[in-house]
Order: sequence, then C-alpha cells, then structure tokens
Amino acid sequence: MLSVTDLQKTYPSGDEALKGVSLDVTGNQTVAMIGPSGAGKSTFIRCVNRLTEPTGGSVELDGLDVTGLSGTELREARRDMGMIFQEYNLIERLTVMENVLSGRLGYVSTWDAFRRKFAGDDIARAYEVLERVGLEDHENNRADELSGGQRQRVGIARAVLQRPKILLVDEPTSSLDPETSRDVMDLLTEIADEDDIPVLINIHEVDLAEEYAERIVGLRDGRKVFEGDPEELDGTARGQIYRGEEIPEGAGPTGKVRAEAGVSGDSTAEEGNIRRT
Amino acid sequence: MTDYRTWERRTPRQRIGRYVLILLGIVAAAISWQLLQINYSYLGTAPVEFMDLINRMYPPNVGYTGEIITPLIETVHIAILGTALAVLLSVPVSLLGAENTTLNRYTFLLGKFIISASRSVNVIIWALVFVIVFGSGALAGTLAVAVRSIGFCSKLIAEAIEEIDPGQVEAITATGANPIEAAIYGIVPQIKPAFIGVATYRWDINVRASTIIGFVGAGGIGVELNTSINIFAWRQVLTILLAILGIVIVSEVVSAYLRRKVR
Amino acid sequence: MATEQSPRRTWSRPTAFYNHYVKWAVYVVITVFLLWSAWNMRISPARAVEGWDAAVGLVQGMVPPEFTTQFKNELLIEGLVESVAMSVVATIVGVILSIPVAFMAAENIAPRPVYWTGRGIITGSRALHELIIAIIAVKAVGIGALAGVIALSYKTIGFFAKLLAEEIEDIDAGQMEAVEATGASRIQTLLFGVVPQVMPRIVGLTIYRWDINIRHSTIVGIVGAGGIGATLLNAFDKYDYDFFLTIIIAIIAVVMLGELISTYVRGRIQ
Repeated sequence: MLSVTDLQKTYPSGDEALKGVSLDVTGNQTVAMIGPSGAGKSTFIRCVNRLTEPTGGSVELDGLDVTGLSGTELREARRDMGMIFQEYNLIERLTVMENVLSGRLGYVSTWDAFRRKFAGDDIARAYEVLERVGLEDHENNRADELSGGQRQRVGIARAVLQRPKILLVDEPTSSLDPETSRDVMDLLTEIADEDDIPVLINIHEVDLAEEYAERIVGLRDGRKVFEGDPEELDGTARGQIYRGEEIPEGAGPTGKVRAEAGVSGDSTAEEGNIRRT
Repeated sequence: MTDYRTWERRTPRQRIGRYVLILLGIVAAAISWQLLQINYSYLGTAPVEFMDLINRMYPPNVGYTGEIITPLIETVHIAILGTALAVLLSVPVSLLGAENTTLNRYTFLLGKFIISASRSVNVIIWALVFVIVFGSGALAGTLAVAVRSIGFCSKLIAEAIEEIDPGQVEAITATGANPIEAAIYGIVPQIKPAFIGVATYRWDINVRASTIIGFVGAGGIGVELNTSINIFAWRQVLTILLAILGIVIVSEVVSAYLRRKVR
Repeated sequence: MATEQSPRRTWSRPTAFYNHYVKWAVYVVITVFLLWSAWNMRISPARAVEGWDAAVGLVQGMVPPEFTTQFKNELLIEGLVESVAMSVVATIVGVILSIPVAFMAAENIAPRPVYWTGRGIITGSRALHELIIAIIAVKAVGIGALAGVIALSYKTIGFFAKLLAEEIEDIDAGQMEAVEATGASRIQTLLFGVVPQVMPRIVGLTIYRWDINIRHSTIVGIVGAGGIGATLLNAFDKYDYDFFLTIIIAIIAVVMLGELISTYVRGRIQ
C-alpha cells in the first residue's frame, strides 16, 4: 500500500505546487485524482516516485520510506512503481518489444541492457502482456509507427512488465480521443483487478473519473479539498474543486469535504470537514 | 506632424545606422585594398600565364594513374580513420558540452573549451603540429583530421542531445533503470540519426581535407600533388586533380546516400 | 493469460539490413577495413613512444610562446593584417561575382541552359580545396596576396552563389508576379520583385563568408598565397617552435574575433 503524508513541493521559483497533501492508496483500488490545471496533480504523482524531488513530507510504499532513499535503493523502489505518462514517453525509434522489455531494466545488468539481452521469462511475459493489451503481432513495429491509443497501450505494457506494487498514471487520456480514452481506462481498471494492485490516476475528465474510480480525490491550489466515493462528488464538491467556492454552512454531512489546513478565505472549514478513511 | 508629400522607407535613426555600416564596409574595403599592394602587372599577365598553365597540363598523364592509386587509397584511409577516431572521441566531449547531460558547470565549460579549441585551428595547422610529433606520414594526417573533427562533431551532437525529448529518459528512469541504462535507451536512439548524419557529413569534408594535408607532409595524395607541382610536372598535376575530383564526388554521393538511408 | 502453445521465449531485434548474417558480415567488413587502414599507418608502440618524446619536446620548445623580439612582432602583425585585408577584399570580389551566378543558378527564374551553367560554376568552385586553388593561383600570378585573393574569391563563389540561389528559389513568387503584372521589364522584375526579398540574406551571407574567409586567409600562405601562413610555415621549417605557438595563438585570436563580429552583426540584421 502507498501512504503519503503531508507531501510538499516548492519549486525553486517559489511556486508552491503542493502545500501538504496526505493520501493512502490500498488494496486494488482505482483512485482518481481530479482538479483544475496547476492544482498539483502531476507534481503529486511525480513526487511519489521522485521524478520530482518533494521538499517536505513522506512517501511510504509497503512500509518503505521512499523519500529518504538514494542511488541503488531508490532505483529498487522505483521498480515497484509502474508509471504511465500523458505523452506516452515511449522510445519512439525503438521497437514495441524493446519498449515493453525496458520495463525490466531495473533487473538486468547494464551490459545485458546494452545488448538487448533479456531473460526468457521476461520475453515470454512481454508477449503475454502485449496480447493482453491487444497488441499481439506488433512487437517488431517501431513505436513511432503506432497510433496514440496503441502507444499508450505499449506504455501500459511497459509498466505492467515491471510487476509493480502500484501503478502511477499521469493524465493517461489527455492526448487521446474519447473512445480510445475509455479503452485505456478499461484496461487500467482491469489490470488493477487481475494483478491485484492499486492504481492512482491523475485525470482531468471528471466523467471518466466518476465512471472508473472507486475513490476520488480533489486537489486545488496544492491542497486536498475533497476525498470520497464517486457518488459523493456533487455540485458543491465540484464547485469547491474547480471554482474554489467556499463550503456552505451545513454542507458537511453530505459533502464529505475536507480541507487540510483551511482553504484560503474559508472560515468555516473546521465544521465542514469530515475526514474519510 | 507627418508630411504626406514625401515618403521615407526608414526612420532617420535606422537610415543613419545603415549609412554608417555601409561607410564602414567601404572604408574597410579601401584600406584592405591599399594594404595588399597588389602588383596589377601580375594580374594583367595572369590570363596568359593561366592559359599557358592549362596548355602545359593538357592532356593529363594517363600513364601516371597507376602511381597515384596507393596515395589515393591512403587519402581515403586518412579520412575514414580520422573520422572514426573523431566520432569516438566526440561521444564523451558532446556529453560534457550538452547542457542537459553535463555533470556541472566546470565540465560544461571544459566541453565547450575542447570544442572551440579544436574548431578554431585549421586542419593544416594541426597537420603541421602532428608532423613535428610523429614525423611525416599518414599517421600525422589522421590525427590532424581527427583532432580538427572532434570540435565539429561534438558541437553538432551536443546540439542534438540538447534537443532530445526528456520524457523518454524520464520514463526509463521511472522503471528503476540506472543512469547508464537510461542513456542507452533514452538518449542513444534519439540522437542516432543525428550521430550518423554528422559522421558521414564530416567524413565527406574530411576526404577533401585529407587531399591537402600532404602539402605539409602529412600523407595522402597531397604529397604527390606538391611534388609534381615543384618539379613542374603539369600533366601529372592534372591527372591528380582529376583523381581528387573523382574521389570528392564519390564521397559526396556516398555520404548523401547514407544520410538519406538513416531516418 | 495462458496461451495454448508454449510461449515464445526468445526475440531478436529486427535489423536494418536484410538479415542478421548480412548485419554481422557488414560489421566484419567495416572492422577489417579499419584494421587495414590502421595497419597502413604503421602504428606501433615504438612509434607511440617516439611520438610522446617528440610531443614533450615540442611542448617544451613551444612554451612559453615568444612575444619578445621587435622583428618577429612586426612580422606577425604584418602577416595578420595582410590576412585580414585579403579576407575583406576576397569577400567583396567574391560576392560581386557570385550574385549573377546565384541568379543564374536559381531554378525558378533562370532558363534551363543558364541554370545548368550556373550550377556547373558552383560545383566547380566547391569541388577543390582552397589550398589546391591557391597553389594553382600562385603558379599563375606569382607568390603573394594576389594569389590568395584569387583563391578565396573563387571559393567564395561556390559557397555564396549556392546558398543565395537556394534563397532565391524560396522567395514568394506572388511578389514577383505582382511586379511583373505592372508591366515591368525582366530586369525591373528582378530589381523590385526579387532583390528586396533576398537583400537581408545577401548581407548576412556576406558577413558569414567573410568570417570563413578569415580562417582560410590565415593558411593559404602555406603554399605562398600571402598572409600569416607563410610566416607560420617559416617558423615551422626553422624549428622555431616558440614563435610557431605565438603565431597559432594569434591566428586563433583573430579567427575568434572575426567570428564574434560576424555573429554580432548577423544577430543585429535579423
């Protein structure tokens, strides 16, 4: 399980992207993180596997504090976290198979990596995963020959091949058309189910989040302003996430709204908060 | 108030700037001309001399062709080995000289220094230096070509490295790969076309360069050319010039083909 | 996801060559060729040791560079000034000669036979190295700066006319047609429809080529075509390595200064 406590990130420019966000992801839950652009969603995900260095707080994966690691230990921790990117981030000039197998790079020696020599088990599994994401017979295509949806599937296959303990997914659908977006979301929830791992997804399409997620987290201005079931994401909650509206009196019991240290201009935050665990 | 009866293309300031620039150019040209103290009588006789030269050159000495095959092959060897060496050495140099892969500010400056030092000295001067060190011969030529090419190759490859998509490197890093693996998978495939393009392009340039380093004794066809000119064997000179023309054209075609082939 | 047949456990990367045997054959051929080249150079450990000693000797001989004697300083300054002067004159002469060639070699405005003539002139100018041209020029007009100016101007034509012709081919045909439509003659069309469009490029390219010509003007002296190169070769022949290094440093300084000016001025124009 992933346990994030009071995560903070202040960029050298002085931008406070995260002002202390805590979040637990457990079991094989699909958790969607929503919020307007610039709310800190991407920063949050990237701080979890430390592609971006957090400036405060802690990230624990199965009891291991990731924030304190460096060198080999950090790389070993990253092997357990599969990441899927908005722009796919495939190695465009390599084949699909090489892209998928690159998910095993944390386990092979540098020399073997250079010779593209991977274990038979890894290759067998790569074929299996390619079939699972619907890309059988594409292993020898170059990544830049594929369509957007196909590329994202390669990205997913690469992450799955890591045998991760959690999938971190950063805006998987922003570069895709609506139909392909659904296919990709289907695939992600299916993997969470079958491989029994949690999935943390950043997404800006609220309808997709409501449809696929078992839990939704709302971020605004670097703070968590909502956490709850999809059904609980009502107009009030949306207003708060996307327009920064104040929480009305008495909204507490149904709104399940939570603000960490008081949303700016929100004097009634104390009463409005109910923490859901 | 604007006077609508006149039309001016530029503002007065711009115009003065242009005049100053043009004036400077003219002054520089006039002074330069003066300094050269050219004896125009030579220019007058030049066409006659030139025609005379051509008459003495033509027809080329076909029988001499056999003798220049070995130096021609040596010329190509110098170009290929020199380029191979330069490309090999420009890998670390370009990594140092690219903003996104260099280790710190000092290594970056070191990379930039190697690049500009190599580029600002002409290949023939490098050839002189290496002839002193290794004596006359193709080895000096090869090293001269290599050292001169390092800066050129490193500069272009460093630019290619600076233009890569960092997302691909990031994705490999996120799988838990070490930095070297991240470079092999994330950077190498992205710069491979630029790399091969730079290498073949530079090889093409180096074929030309290796035809002349023989003037200072650094091997190749230039040695034969120099000797033939010194003994006034003009028909041999024409044979050599035609041979040089031939390999230059062949290398240009080959280099263009290779660059087209690599996407 | 168990498949019926036993899962495939091997995969090899498709190759850009026909198959893996061809790929290895190509690699072997390249390696053998490089080894043959190296063997031709007669590189041996003994030679490397000898070379190292010579290099140490050279460095000791070179350092410190010599800046002392009045006579040599004058020689140095004289040579550098001549080099720079040659580069300026050769650039101007070369550019003036190139402009008509460029118009001839522009596919969109020149008739076929003229176009091929223009292209031929460009190829002829680009094919041979400046030192080879210089050596021939020296034989034609004698030792001195004139030969250097001729060689550099000749090389300028190929470079300048090629790039300018490409620029002319890229111009906006609409502007040219608009001028033609007013009833302008062919020359007027060129003057008003084409020249204004390529003028900034002409200025930029001229300065760029001047920068290149400075570099070349410092070496053509090696074959007697004027400039600092003759002094350099002289110092080299006399084993005067202190002065040799001084000249190289001076050349680098002048080349870098030229590059700086050229970059600055081109930046201002664009």
